[in-house]
Amino acid sequence: MKAYAAILSAQFRTLLQYRGAALAGLFTQVFFGLVIVMVYEGFYRATTTTPPLSLAQVVTYTWLGQAMLGLIPWNVDPEIRNLIRSGGVAYELLRPLDLYRLWFTRCLARRSAPTLLRALPMLALAYAFLGMQLPPSWTCLLLWLAANAGALFLSAAFTALLSTSLLWTISGEGINSLVICMIILGSGLQIPLPFYPDWLLPVLDFLPFRGLFDVPSRLYLGHIPPSQALPVLAHQFLWTLALIGFGRWVLARGLRRLEVQGG
Amino acid sequence: MHRQHHVLRALDHISFRIEPGELVGYIGPNGAGKSTTVKLLSGILVPDSGRCEVLGRVPWQDRIAHVARIGVVFGQRTQLWWDLPVIESFDLLRDIYKVPGPDYARRRDELVGVLELEPLLDVPVRQLSLGQRMRCDLAAALVHGPDLLFLDEPTIGLDALSKLAVRDFVRRLNRERGATVILTTHDMDDIEALCTRVLLIDGGRILLDDTVEGLRRQVSPERRLVLDLVEEESDFGDPQVRLVRREGRRVELAFDPNQVPAPTLISRLTARFAVRDLFVENPPIEETIAQLYRKNQG
Amino acid sequence: MNDLRLLARYLDISVRSQLEYRASFVMLSVGYLLITVIEFLSVWVLFDRFGNLQGWSLPEIAFFYGIINIAFALGESAARGFDLFSPVIKSGDFDRLLLRPRSTALQVAGQELTLRRVGRLLQGACVLGWSASALGLQWSTGQWLLLGWTLLGGTCLFYGLMVIQGTVCFWTTESLEFMNAFTNGGVFAAQYPFSIYRDWFRRFFTFGVPLACVSYYPALALQGRPDPLGTPALLHWLAPLVGLLFLALCLQAWHWGVRHYRSSGS
Repeated sequence: MKAYAAILSAQFRTLLQYRGAALAGLFTQVFFGLVIVMVYEGFYRATTTTPPLSLAQVVTYTWLGQAMLGLIPWNVDPEIRNLIRSGGVAYELLRPLDLYRLWFTRCLARRSAPTLLRALPMLALAYAFLGMQLPPSWTCLLLWLAANAGALFLSAAFTALLSTSLLWTISGEGINSLVICMIILGSGLQIPLPFYPDWLLPVLDFLPFRGLFDVPSRLYLGHIPPSQALPVLAHQFLWTLALIGFGRWVLARGLRRLEVQGG
Repeated sequence: MHRQHHVLRALDHISFRIEPGELVGYIGPNGAGKSTTVKLLSGILVPDSGRCEVLGRVPWQDRIAHVARIGVVFGQRTQLWWDLPVIESFDLLRDIYKVPGPDYARRRDELVGVLELEPLLDVPVRQLSLGQRMRCDLAAALVHGPDLLFLDEPTIGLDALSKLAVRDFVRRLNRERGATVILTTHDMDDIEALCTRVLLIDGGRILLDDTVEGLRRQVSPERRLVLDLVEEESDFGDPQVRLVRREGRRVELAFDPNQVPAPTLISRLTARFAVRDLFVENPPIEETIAQLYRKNQG
Repeated sequence: MNDLRLLARYLDISVRSQLEYRASFVMLSVGYLLITVIEFLSVWVLFDRFGNLQGWSLPEIAFFYGIINIAFALGESAARGFDLFSPVIKSGDFDRLLLRPRSTALQVAGQELTLRRVGRLLQGACVLGWSASALGLQWSTGQWLLLGWTLLGGTCLFYGLMVIQGTVCFWTTESLEFMNAFTNGGVFAAQYPFSIYRDWFRRFFTFGVPLACVSYYPALALQGRPDPLGTPALLHWLAPLVGLLFLALCLQAWHWGVRHYRSSGS
């Protein structure tokens, strides 16, 4: 446990040094968020049909998206990628720790530190000035927090899986672009999932990506009412387990492959 | 001229004149203002005040016209394109400097011949050794036929053979072609081997402007006499010499040729002691320079 | 051996060295293309759900989308050298550029002429082509000229933004991240008609960073429709000029930056 806490605190300290960049990042996000909100306003102004979410809900959803960006598995863990590229993976195997658990922890820390640091100021700003709303009840807030914790683990599982897949293809950039596109679309970051065409919704409901962002956000909004929280949280949890299992398997096979190649 | 940066004077009333065809050494401790001077003369920097004319124009006022007539070699940084074969760097420089085709071909072939670059032409610059790269950089700086050449630490980090090759090339360039060269360096062997004249700068001021011999005389006229004795002499000494160093049978002495001429001293000493071999030399120029720096600080 | 020919030479070298890393180049381009396709897909989804955006139809939006993305791809590719200028200043290599008898801006631009945005360029062109046919636009010579003129203005605008990004390096070693907000954020905003945005936002992007002048207004003229906000049609035709003026201003700023560098002892 100590090893894991150490990695996490190191991440925090590194990030706190980059305050200038963080501010610039915040500025960029506020800018993008504003544009997105104005576009939605344009859509809502002219529409005749009733959309699945109200404008206020969409605005809140958007700002939640800007705040929780750090949670999404955009890329592979750079440390792990360098380890694999340089062949330092061999040294990792010498440590008296379960390798998958070590890497998973790294991914977990890498996601949680920036998320916390960026989400808090963004949320504060958005609530104070930018039209974001509070959740309709305490229950919704708590469910949101719980779902975010779940999303964190889900995201770490994704990152770990993507990173270990590098053992198979060193550049791995092509696959990663594809997966990341799917993640962006399926998690609701690009557009709230309820807006997708009706025929697509069952597919998106099944896929794991919605657990990353759409589920927590709609719990926040109360759009997924607390009574229906359990199934979606279970969906998150089960997919996390599945990805961890798959990740462990990929790692084991990948390492065996390395050994065979005489690495 | 002087220029000011906050309250630090990088250069303070520097004044000198260099004639065409001179090969001038420009030396001084780190932070003395050497690179600032070179940057001013090459047109990179604009001073706060002062007058300067190089090849008939003010360097920083008409930058493009000025730099077309000069060549600069930085010993520590190459101007060649890292991933390109050497010859492509030369060709690109031809386009940048707008060198007419026949002139370029002639100069290129000549430089390639003299610097023995033929086997290197198709090699990407990143694969060259330091010595090879320096020779290529020298050629690159001359491809457009400049009248004035600035060399900044051209032999730094080079092996002995490459150093000799570079010095030989620069000497011939100056003596045979009449190129004016300003050489900035910490390597005193470069100075001794090449320069007819030396400028010493420290603390932003010119302390000395003289020939190498004049430099020595300024500090002290002292010369060295080294004797290899047949056997160790415990009471070796002479009123007109100072013992610098004694290692077993080798004795190094310092004397003032104004007080006692070398032949006189030699005959006197060889009469008293059995000497197997001897030689007379100047003190290492580093010591001379170091003394100059110290004198200025004091 | 004029400046244009030197630029062509720089381009040749850049392209060849990028093609050496062909596999990774293809991979990056494909990846980038995918991302831009996803972006447009989401716009399509929203239109499917909502029908129209404050009176604008999907093909009309696609038109703005196509124009700004083509201009961005061209401008950013051509000016990539300014994007990468920070290490040149830090390492002192800028002195070497001053020692060559050419304009420094030209040399910096020539350092890197990148092809990697070709994905965005293609996608923008496809979207523009589709929207033009969906809108039933007639392509007379005048239309083609106006399109070229618009794209020229847009390319110059983005080129200018990159030049500013490089110029800032003369004063601070930190690369200004929030310039990115204006470049990328601006592209994102210009994909939609500026009539839907708040007044202050639109005014900023007309008179501050004049994106609207190189996308929204001339696109109105190309589509042959009047501005819902009531600006006169003549302005729509002249607007891309602002892009060129903007670039001229940015290059002037660059020269101030060089002057500052040369007076400050580097």
